[in-house]
Amino acid sequence: MTQVIDSKKSTTIIDARGPRFGAVITTIVLAAALATNNVWFIVAQAIAFAIGAFKGPQFTPQAFIYKTFVKPRLKGEVPAEDVRPPQFAQSVGLLFALVAIAGVVSGVNAIFTVAVAFALGAAFLNAAFNFCLGCEIYLLLLRARKN
Amino acid sequence: MKSLLPIVIVLVLASGYGFWHKNTRGKVVVKSDKGLITPAMIGADLGSRATLLQFSSAFCGPCRATRLLIEDVTADMGDVAHVELDAEANLELVRQLDIRSTPTTLFINGAGHEVGRAVGAPKRDQVLSAIAAIR
Repeated sequence: MTQVIDSKKSTTIIDARGPRFGAVITTIVLAAALATNNVWFIVAQAIAFAIGAFKGPQFTPQAFIYKTFVKPRLKGEVPAEDVRPPQFAQSVGLLFALVAIAGVVSGVNAIFTVAVAFALGAAFLNAAFNFCLGCEIYLLLLRARKN
Repeated sequence: MKSLLPIVIVLVLASGYGFWHKNTRGKVVVKSDKGLITPAMIGADLGSRATLLQFSSAFCGPCRATRLLIEDVTADMGDVAHVELDAEANLELVRQLDIRSTPTTLFINGAGHEVGRAVGAPKRDQVLSAIAAIR
């Protein structure tokens, strides 16, 4: 017997493979940014993160590529996922991208390198291991904030 | 093109963490008893033999899969209860029981003591053997 207590209202369900494919592209963009030290890669990625964070991960350029070129070739059952976990991850990505841009604007290149490195690590974990960022850090943030 | 070294460092560290993370999630481990868990604390009755207390959150993909799995496993076990709590709405209990990430599932015996916990989504056989170990 199962009892669900304090559960939030149901939300949008999306194809779980979309955000994971998006993370592969994001990993490549962030790696390119780190290798070339070029801020414009991060500006472009920040725009994609902002769309994902505010509108939803199913509306990013990565999701468009997935829907247009990848999804029609996939067979089998569509794994469903709540839209909120990847949306949370996009928000965290946006935060790191903004810190990286702030580092370049203020002339402290180390900030750019560290922020992009963390974003790259998270995007890679998502792409390679289906890592759930919200699972690991959201509760810790709540616990830290309300202490 | 500058140096590829930072990329290599990030990918090696992330891979190490990823493999460690994958191998530890879902495993039912015995933790030190954090005290008696009562129906008043969780807002639901305990099962006569065992209770699976699952903490979930809004930004958690595997929480849904964990709920569906435990629902299915406990469906015809009359003496085992499954209670899912939103961690955000129960922060006091989360601190008391030291829940750090979601999903975290506590295995509680009939007397109300925690006998094991699984951090992350457990597999079916892990849930079954953890329940079977509770008498």
